[in-house]
Amino acid sequence: MPEGLAATHDHPSHPALQHHFENMEQQREAGTLGMWVFLVTEIMFFGGMFLAYTLYRFEYPAAFVSASNHLDIKLGAINTAVLIVSSFTMATAVYSTQVGRQRTTIICLILTMILGATFLGIKGIEYHDKYNDHLIPGQLIPSRPFAPEVAKPGDTDPHKLHLIEGATVQNVQLFYWIYFAMTGMHALHMIIGLGIMTVILIMAWRGKFSPEYHAPVEISGLYWHFVDIIWIFLFPLLYLLGRHLEGHG
Amino acid sequence: MSEHIVQPRVYLMIFLALMAGTGLTVVAAFYDFPGPLNAVVALTIAVIKATLVVLYFMHVRYSGRLIWLVIGSAIFWLAIMFALTISDYWTRTWFVPM
Repeated sequence: MPEGLAATHDHPSHPALQHHFENMEQQREAGTLGMWVFLVTEIMFFGGMFLAYTLYRFEYPAAFVSASNHLDIKLGAINTAVLIVSSFTMATAVYSTQVGRQRTTIICLILTMILGATFLGIKGIEYHDKYNDHLIPGQLIPSRPFAPEVAKPGDTDPHKLHLIEGATVQNVQLFYWIYFAMTGMHALHMIIGLGIMTVILIMAWRGKFSPEYHAPVEISGLYWHFVDIIWIFLFPLLYLLGRHLEGHG
Repeated sequence: MSEHIVQPRVYLMIFLALMAGTGLTVVAAFYDFPGPLNAVVALTIAVIKATLVVLYFMHVRYSGRLIWLVIGSAIFWLAIMFALTISDYWTRTWFVPM
């Protein structure tokens, strides 16, 4: 007799078991695999933007340094820490469903959502700073076209654009297109993540999860951690690497 | 294969390592390493951090071969996209038309 069939006969089937799966374990593994396949498409999607960043960084190193220096390292680093803590609370939420601690799961999910919202709030402050300094690229905001004030030598006003030798305002704008495309897509993923977490929180609240059935928490966790990984790469590439002008380019 | 439950102690250690990595990459950014080493240092730290998240937070270390294959294929195709595109840009200036 096939293994799967024996399992269905030995145990009464779980209410969350879909009819096309042999048992809960097969269902959980299929779900995890499906999520990973989706994440592969996400990796390729963000990969295209990382490739664009790489090419233009090699093409216009001086402009990338000048533009990157205008970003706030402190806010970027705080946001990195916020996301790492949120990944930790998410991992703890998965663990507590696995061992059947519903209360801890709910608390961890709420903490994860608060941290996600904090990230978006700090991102919003950064976007607003860029708005104030006229650094929103092109005519994304029609009434506020890209028109940063360029600092003259000796001027240390942090709101002005400090161009190093070889950098042009036009190429700085290119950096900001990439910056807003990448951080904007990342922020959109965070917003979607918050939506997913809301659904998972309601399900947890209603006591839908147990050590036998917790795949939705696990799979949402995979998505949340993936979004964290994207930021782990965005932070050094956008905020830190531009601090140095390399020999090539 | 039955499910492996990662203990909170492991999560805590990974969390601390990720925080340390973030601190390290910020500190390293204020040093001027020779040539392209700044990029190498920053990206190495980022890759280590991402690997820790994938292996432990995302449980891949305890997952089956199929999951490893899926992730491996993602890295493989990403490498193709980068390698072919960059090799094009890299070599464009090699032969200047007379």
